[in-house]
Amino acid sequence: MIAFDFPAVLAEWPLLAKGVAATLALTAVSASVGVTLGVACAWARLHGAVWLKAIVGAYVELIRNTPFIVQLFFLFFGLPGIGVRLSPETASVLAMVVNLGAYAAEIVRAGIATTPKGQIEAAQSLALSEMQVFTRVVLPPALKRVWPALVSQIIIVMLGSAVCGQISTPELSYAANLIQSRNFRAFESFIVATLIYLALAMALRRLLNWAGPRFIFGK
Amino acid sequence: MATAESPIPTGIVEIQGLRKRFGTNEVLKGIDLSVKRGEVIAIIGKSGSGKSTLLRCINGLEVFNEGTLSVDGNPLLHGNANAMRTLRQHVGMIFQGFNLFPHLSVGRNVMLAPTLVKKRHADQTVAQAKKLLARVGLAEKFDAQPDQLSGGQQQRVAIARALAMEPAVLLCDEITSALDPELVGEVLRVVESLAEEGMTLLMVTHEMSFARKVSDRLVFMHAGRIHEVGPPEQLFGAPQTAELKQFLSSIND
Amino acid sequence: MVDFSIWDIFRNLLLAARWTVLLSLIAFIGGGLVGLALLIARIAKLRFADQLVGGYVQLFQGTPLLMQLFLAYFGLSLFGINVSPWVAAALALTLYTSAFLTEIWRGCVAAVHKGQWEASAALALNLREQLRYVIGPQALRVAVPPTVGFLVQVIKGTALASVIGFIELTKAGTMITNATFRPFTVYACLALMYFALCYPISAWSKSLESKLHGHR
Repeated sequence: MIAFDFPAVLAEWPLLAKGVAATLALTAVSASVGVTLGVACAWARLHGAVWLKAIVGAYVELIRNTPFIVQLFFLFFGLPGIGVRLSPETASVLAMVVNLGAYAAEIVRAGIATTPKGQIEAAQSLALSEMQVFTRVVLPPALKRVWPALVSQIIIVMLGSAVCGQISTPELSYAANLIQSRNFRAFESFIVATLIYLALAMALRRLLNWAGPRFIFGK
Repeated sequence: MATAESPIPTGIVEIQGLRKRFGTNEVLKGIDLSVKRGEVIAIIGKSGSGKSTLLRCINGLEVFNEGTLSVDGNPLLHGNANAMRTLRQHVGMIFQGFNLFPHLSVGRNVMLAPTLVKKRHADQTVAQAKKLLARVGLAEKFDAQPDQLSGGQQQRVAIARALAMEPAVLLCDEITSALDPELVGEVLRVVESLAEEGMTLLMVTHEMSFARKVSDRLVFMHAGRIHEVGPPEQLFGAPQTAELKQFLSSIND
Repeated sequence: MVDFSIWDIFRNLLLAARWTVLLSLIAFIGGGLVGLALLIARIAKLRFADQLVGGYVQLFQGTPLLMQLFLAYFGLSLFGINVSPWVAAALALTLYTSAFLTEIWRGCVAAVHKGQWEASAALALNLREQLRYVIGPQALRVAVPPTVGFLVQVIKGTALASVIGFIELTKAGTMITNATFRPFTVYACLALMYFALCYPISAWSKSLESKLHGHR
């Protein structure tokens, strides 16, 4: 019979708590900046000049077809090769923002593309400017339409942030690794961390599903 | 044979030689029309005659290929976003499909454009919105959501929304065609009251008795051209062209 | 100091790419088989199948793949089994893929009109026949684009196996960086290699999707 020692891991709850806080902070920043970037890219792909469409298209395809860990390593290990050194935290946030931005761009673009033409015509007829038509009439219902997909993507990025521990960002998986290196309880450490991630994912989904209608798209 | 009146330079809407193509299909084949301030014009004709396209050219939702169009002395400049914006503050439109903004309450639907475009203060726009909703008989629906309203109510909100911009001309594109028959009357009553108050109206409509009752002039369009123009009694009582005769008999069946 | 050319870097990465492809295929096919079994268990309404499979899916979709890999690696060794990174990675990725695929396919089956079930039942077909001749073919049509699309996710997932020591593309990239001291070039090449693997599959999935819907 295998002897598990969960108390040894749970005793390190301050470390775990710090890890959770860092994970949540990373996610919060990446989600807000990433979704904003995604909206801007979606707009660019639909209304921008040809060269802008091409750049955004290339960015989206590049990010979506390469692993997040490679994107992170490129920023943290690769950029120093040309003289740009980023801290682990900066590299992590940047990687997460760039990553989420690309996925959000596609998701939001799909939402915007299904806007009924009559809505845009009515807004134009009321003399709203192009930017006003986009932000006040097109975007809120579009975000509402794609909110489940957007929320899922934010959670995916949050779970993906576990990789950031590999470049010593002090988030949850890093904390788990630290704990198991001290008490050699690898399995228990990772089980606890995994369950915490699960709880975070469920809580985050609830939070975002509540916050969306409340703050972003009404009703 | 077209019997267009010679354009009066002081008309609020002046259209000369307007042509519009969709690909190789020429939908408007040279339209001349002059609309006086305060006039109520009903545009009638078969589907496909270009009525809606003409209306949509007037507020720039469709781009015409040849000819000139000016509203209140200002020619339409499609490429100029500012000019188009100014135009649309003078010309309002009501759509067949209402097109209320689903994520905003009724009151906010009416308030959106004055707030953003005319940059009015909140209390002014709220008061104005309440007044306009009362005018169309929906004062109590200020906080309701569009999907809670019937079609007729939604269309009346759409009218209030357009009026909030204080336009000089109102374009009505088959505004009752999507309504259940029993809801048509409430919308037409609002339009009639607007006409009585002196609003310049251009309506594309299939409601013939309404058009007869309310319009100063009727414009009959067929295959992209204006075939006959004149007061209702003239067009209904003494149709000159074969196409109009045929149209009138088909709607009387 | 040996000078490495870009071709040297590419050549070594290509060698490692074999393992990425192999692991991806094992996980995709293995995961597909497990996922299919789970799906059928759910459709056949076996006892507790819905809740258990539902919980299984929630578990794998709600936790980081990295943690799943760690648990496979450290968990299996608890049972005395000497686990190589290979086995741990294959196991974790297979289970991960099975959870996602079973959920994707569940949606595709649900997309088949209820009337199809009713009509085939009325014709006295049993469940196996319904699935094989009526529901299956229709669900399959809808399922192909997202399934192909998920293969891209699997390939990207194999990159994490590098963390538990499995020598695939990403691990090779790290090792080559240490050897050549040209991190920018190496990681750029690494990204391009993944792109070369994934983009054609993504594009194919998109074209399958638009063919399915006839217009876009």
